[in-house]
Amino acid sequence: MHKSLTLRVLSSLDKKSWLALGVFLALALVVVPVLHLDFPEDSALHVSTYTITLIGKIMCYALVAVAMDLIWGYGGILSLGHGLFFALGGYAFGMYLMRQIGRDGSYGADLPDFMVFLDWKELPWFWVGSDGFGWVAFMVIAAPAVVAFVFGYFAFRSRIKGVYFSIITQALTYAAMLLFFRNETGFGGNNGFTDFKRVLGYSITSPETRLVLFGLTAVMLAATLVFSAWLVKSKFGRVLTAIRDAESRVMFIGYNPLWYKLTIWIISAVLCAIAGALYVPQVGIINPSEMSPGNAIEIAIWVAVGGRGTLIGPIIGAFVVNLAKSWFTVSFPEYWLFFLGLLFIVVTLMLPQGLVGLWKKLLAGKGDAAC
Amino acid sequence: MKKTLITLLLCLGSLSAHAALDPAQVRQLAAEDSSDKVAAIRQLTQTADPDAVRVLKAMAEDSLFLAGDQVVIIEGDKAFDGATGAALKMPANPESPTVNNRIRGELASALAALRLFDADASVRLASAQKLQSRVTPEMAPLLARALEKETDAQIRALLALAHAQANLADSDPAARLAAVKALAETSSPAIKSVLLPLTEKTAEPDDKVRHEAIAAVKAINSRLTIAENVGRAFSGLSLGSILLLGALGLAITYGVMGIINMAHGELLMVGAYATYGVQMLFRAYFPNAIDWYLPAAIPVAFFVAALVGVLMERTVIRWLYGRTLETLLATWGLSLVLIQSARVLFGAQNVEVSNPSWMSGGIEVMPNLILPWNRIIIVGFAMFVLFLVWVLMNKTRLGMFIRAVTQNRPMAGCVGVPTSRIDTMAFALGAGIAGLGGVALSQIANVGPDMGQGYIVDSFMVVVVGGVGQLAGAVWAALGLGIFSKLLEGWAGAVIAKISILVCIIIFIQKRPQGIFALKGRFVE
Amino acid sequence: MLNTVNIFEDDRPEGSDGADQMGHLVTGELDLSHGVVLYLEDITVSFDGFKALNNLNLEINAGELRCIIGPNGAGKTTMMDVITGKTRPDSGKAFFGQSIDLTRLTEPEIAHVGIGRKFQKPTIFEQHTVFENLELAMKTDKRVWKSLMARLAGDERDKIAETLRLIRLDGEADHQAGLLSHGQKQWLEIGMLLMQEPKLLLLDEPVAGMTDDETMRTAELFVSLAGKHSLVVVEHDMAFVEKLGGLVTVLHEGSVLAEGDLATVQNDQRVIEVYLGR
Repeated sequence: MHKSLTLRVLSSLDKKSWLALGVFLALALVVVPVLHLDFPEDSALHVSTYTITLIGKIMCYALVAVAMDLIWGYGGILSLGHGLFFALGGYAFGMYLMRQIGRDGSYGADLPDFMVFLDWKELPWFWVGSDGFGWVAFMVIAAPAVVAFVFGYFAFRSRIKGVYFSIITQALTYAAMLLFFRNETGFGGNNGFTDFKRVLGYSITSPETRLVLFGLTAVMLAATLVFSAWLVKSKFGRVLTAIRDAESRVMFIGYNPLWYKLTIWIISAVLCAIAGALYVPQVGIINPSEMSPGNAIEIAIWVAVGGRGTLIGPIIGAFVVNLAKSWFTVSFPEYWLFFLGLLFIVVTLMLPQGLVGLWKKLLAGKGDAAC
Repeated sequence: MKKTLITLLLCLGSLSAHAALDPAQVRQLAAEDSSDKVAAIRQLTQTADPDAVRVLKAMAEDSLFLAGDQVVIIEGDKAFDGATGAALKMPANPESPTVNNRIRGELASALAALRLFDADASVRLASAQKLQSRVTPEMAPLLARALEKETDAQIRALLALAHAQANLADSDPAARLAAVKALAETSSPAIKSVLLPLTEKTAEPDDKVRHEAIAAVKAINSRLTIAENVGRAFSGLSLGSILLLGALGLAITYGVMGIINMAHGELLMVGAYATYGVQMLFRAYFPNAIDWYLPAAIPVAFFVAALVGVLMERTVIRWLYGRTLETLLATWGLSLVLIQSARVLFGAQNVEVSNPSWMSGGIEVMPNLILPWNRIIIVGFAMFVLFLVWVLMNKTRLGMFIRAVTQNRPMAGCVGVPTSRIDTMAFALGAGIAGLGGVALSQIANVGPDMGQGYIVDSFMVVVVGGVGQLAGAVWAALGLGIFSKLLEGWAGAVIAKISILVCIIIFIQKRPQGIFALKGRFVE
Repeated sequence: MLNTVNIFEDDRPEGSDGADQMGHLVTGELDLSHGVVLYLEDITVSFDGFKALNNLNLEINAGELRCIIGPNGAGKTTMMDVITGKTRPDSGKAFFGQSIDLTRLTEPEIAHVGIGRKFQKPTIFEQHTVFENLELAMKTDKRVWKSLMARLAGDERDKIAETLRLIRLDGEADHQAGLLSHGQKQWLEIGMLLMQEPKLLLLDEPVAGMTDDETMRTAELFVSLAGKHSLVVVEHDMAFVEKLGGLVTVLHEGSVLAEGDLATVQNDQRVIEVYLGR
């Protein structure tokens, strides 16, 4: 069974896609490190730290976008709560990074600085074990999974769908944001976690650590892509799209949509949290604003720009939008919101299939012309 | 102590004999020692004589002088005898007695106490009100006499209260007990703090009085709590009114078109900036009528917001009917554009919108419960808008069409309702109402580019709880959420309150996915 | 209550409830000992005071082909909603066979015990191919994990191919279902129903939008299915009803007005009044 499963997973991508994936991994794992480490900074081929951080960050976003696409593009459920799962993963791993600071904080205490500042004498119970990498890695997955299960079970059981579901997830995220803003909650309040020093004992700012994190993100993104391709091509994936298109028919032929929705919801939440956990050490900060309503909706626009219901679309979308963002915020900061706002409008009005859809249309157009 | 008692008796005796003041007492006003002066002031106060008012007032106004051994009042180039008020010839070199701050304070209380005997009832009332916060035990007999003479019920009540406060220090436990009992009926924090020492064994040796005092403090506390909660409920009501103004428009657009307008909060912002604009216009061109800019802003805000709404509907939303999730994204995009436009036009900082003078102040319901006028007016305004919307929806053709499209769009189209025009009108109406919400909001909150963002989640919660397209549901949900969250805020703090409200709503939606007022029937999917 | 009954993720021992929880693989539990496949007893459903069903009583015998007719608003669709679990009755009983209480099951559970439903408006998965539509409908374990691991076995392919032939869509197997004609979509939906291998088929206006030829072929198909399956057909097309030939029940204002063969019903004075009187 296992063997055949592996085979099926492998066969869920065609040859061309595997080739592209290989090229991508070679770039991320070999070419970029070589260009970064072995070429002097004034060389035209040198890849700067800034670029590595930026691309690493965007790969995390791309992972989030794929997760969002699974639930929205394939499941037809628009979640505005993915900011929460991203932050949960980020915070879970951030706890570990805070503990890794040790006594190098500005107070030189055993406790993280913000706890010293609040005059806390010991770690709150939910920080227990946060110095162990294994436990934290487990929590990165378990915490969002539990939250997603509890919320999703009740929401899907009550058959909350469409905009109702979107709004309720937004409310959930908003509530969580307010909770994390409080100092007493124990996650650093307004400032969140920052000033990290080490990860697994290695300096977090050293080029080697950066490159390892960068490579890990690339591998995770590739693995997610393969996994998702298998998922959407399985019968499960077909049931999922069937639920999206005609839920009542699915019920009357005997599938219980609750468990299908819940499964993809939890998978999506966990992927999102992993992205958050990879994001925090690379960017060096996590704070409650990651859960602001605007952030969660922005995820949706990455997916929409690239093309919903395709797996490559969200990745393209995440890169296009975020590269545009970093260009705008440097060159024309006051126009960024105009651009983003118009992007929302233009994509929904004119590009319902996103860039991938546009590309396919162009190809088809050419084909027609050739005939 | 003994000495004062004797002089007190003396002066009481002299009172019954004749109306003129005792020259010795008047002379003592100009004594060297401050304590002697204070004693004299207090004694003169006890006489409750109009002449005493004259002398003390002169002293307070620095027109009291000592000429030899006689106290004289000098007004301009005339001089009067301090004790009798008879005209004198101008003394040669009058000396001014020292009046320090302690004496001045004493004089102020004394004059206030003496005004209790003024012929004018309004002066007595003002004086009685003023006295409440600075009753001293010495005033007890004076207050008793004033109480005896007083006929006005309102003033009597105040005097009784003051008298009871003065009696709290009486040496007779029975008098103290009566005083405590009388004070237990009040509900002012000041009186609570007067009573508080009596609950301690060290300050109050008598068990009976002490227990009565404890009970009294408890009673006052509970009344204070009630007042506080009423105050919270009221601010909840005004928050609910704002939410209602936000949610009414949403309920209409969501009901009619089934779309979620994420830019609705920004329409509130548009309304608030329109109010700001009208205020600036009035400042520039009609500075005399500045107090009336607000009524003028109401129609302006309505039409500006409605116009923005029409633009949104015609350019974007119209093309997305039936694609609710996409509409959600597109309207979010619109909200970003509107926010950034406000930043470009008016700057990223908050702008200042001031309350007209007739909106400042409030009604004092209880000593610790003041209902501010601006909030009262907002509640009234919301009710007024609600009434207009109700009339519009139920009594006009447009309203009938809107209801028809809400219930069954294809059928409405078949019977000749111009659905596409109705969509635009309904959207404009919803946007206009949001604009009115912006006017109200500008009076109690900061006006800035991001102001709409804070209200959008709340407004949606109202629509979700109230039930889709249900105006009645929106009303109950808005007021309920407003009051509930303010009450909760009082007990648990703002953040916890907000979180628990959101969690409650999430749970509520589990139980009643259609909201409080659910539509039932075969058209419900 | 209802929500705790879940056939998919629930590992309760078999037979712990009237309607067997794991029953979708062993639908043999359907108890037809009295020869009746469906009982509806005193069913009442009201929407805001309007009684869509009013003390409705109906019995369908095993293997029977029953036609339900009635003017608009008579309660035909609501009746199907009650049988399939979409609407809960305010009062009354609905039993499948002797032992399965339909009012206590969810839609997917009812599908598993052996009731298939065709909607008035053809409802198929338009983004999927015709083949996939049938594959998704096929009677099998429909839990999440099984779906994740599912692979089509040879006999399953054969079954789909057979159904494709039966509904005359074997040429369109790999076409997107959304591109089919209206009549073909109706047939596809019927095919999906057959893939479920239900004991009882509920068919809401199955021939609406079909050509006369297609209508007649559908009638033949239904007649051939009767006996092995029980069928309840709601239809307005009297020629079609006549062709089916079974008993006819007339619904009016939420309860049964008349019952009998088509000729008897058509001559019933009250039925004529209901159809023509107003």
